Amino acid sequence: MSWKGWCKVTVKDLVEKFGLQAAAGEKGLGRSVKSGFCGDLLSDVMANAPEGCVWLTIQSHQNIIAVAVLREMACIVITGGHTPDIETIDKAGKEGIPLLLWPGSAYTLAGSIYSAGIT
Amino acid sequence: MTAFIKSFSIKKRDFVRAGEASINVQNILKSLNMDHKLIRRIAICGYEGEMNAVMHGGDGILTVEIDTGRIILDIADNGDGIENIELAMQKGYSTATEEHREMGFGAGMGLPNMKVNSDMLSVESEKGKGTHLHMEFYVSTD
Ligand SMILES: Nc1ncnc2c1ncn2[C@@H]1O[C@H](COP(=O)(O)OP(=O)(O)OP(=O)(O)O)[C@@H](O)[C@H]1O
Ligand SMILES: [Mg+2]
Repeated sequence: MSWKGWCKVTVKDLVEKFGLQAAAGEKGLGRSVKSGFCGDLLSDVMANAPEGCVWLTIQSHQNIIAVAVLREMACIVITGGHTPDIETIDKAGKEGIPLLLWPGSAYTLAGSIYSAGIT
Repeated sequence: MTAFIKSFSIKKRDFVRAGEASINVQNILKSLNMDHKLIRRIAICGYEGEMNAVMHGGDGILTVEIDTGRIILDIADNGDGIENIELAMQKGYSTATEEHREMGFGAGMGLPNMKVNSDMLSVESEKGKGTHLHMEFYVSTD
């Protein structure tokens, strides 16, 4: 028998394992990822996203950064091939929030991250 | 006696700065080593109130006051006011524009979120004059 799993997962681990593209906030790559959340309605995310989560969203405008800071998230992944606005990239850099890009659907990425042990 | 009070300005339709007042409040509370859960609740309320002023209201001021046993958050704007507060307090009610909805606002959850995350919330609004939210958060001493 054997057991293998991540004990401490960082944003950098996610980037490498799933081939995410880092668009900004690289200085936060060492943050640890404790859980995940999917959501595109900001007040739902604000109310329910857990601390230290990887947040999967199709929203790409600058207000997602304040949400991530206030909810103390580990990082944001913009899914579905959406590209972040330039203001979003600037703010992510300023706040040190890793902003990652994933061309596929949130469903597939969330499934992979969940299967890797981030539940 | 008020131990601490600080105000931040909010600007109508300024999505560049939107959220900064709440982030400032969060940083202040963190630097004072306030309870983590309490800070998270205040962050939600600050953000929702600040965004409402930016989107639906007008120019405004967000004030945080740290008092003995409680933290007070006041968010006042000089916008058009809320037509029907009863309705605005209901989950799902929103007058957000198509543009706001595209950005992920307009779930009609902001005021309900403030209601569940504060220990006291009062909403005063007058058509044409503006809106004033007053929220209190009790600091438990046990
Ligand atoms: N400061 C304000 N000035 C004028 N109208 C407001 C103000 N705050 C709220 N409202 C009115 O109350 C409604 C409900 O507000 P609430 O925050 O619950 O939802 P929302 O802002 O529409 O959507 P969400 O907060 O979920 O993004 C708004 O759509 C708006 O009509
Ligand atoms: Mg709102």
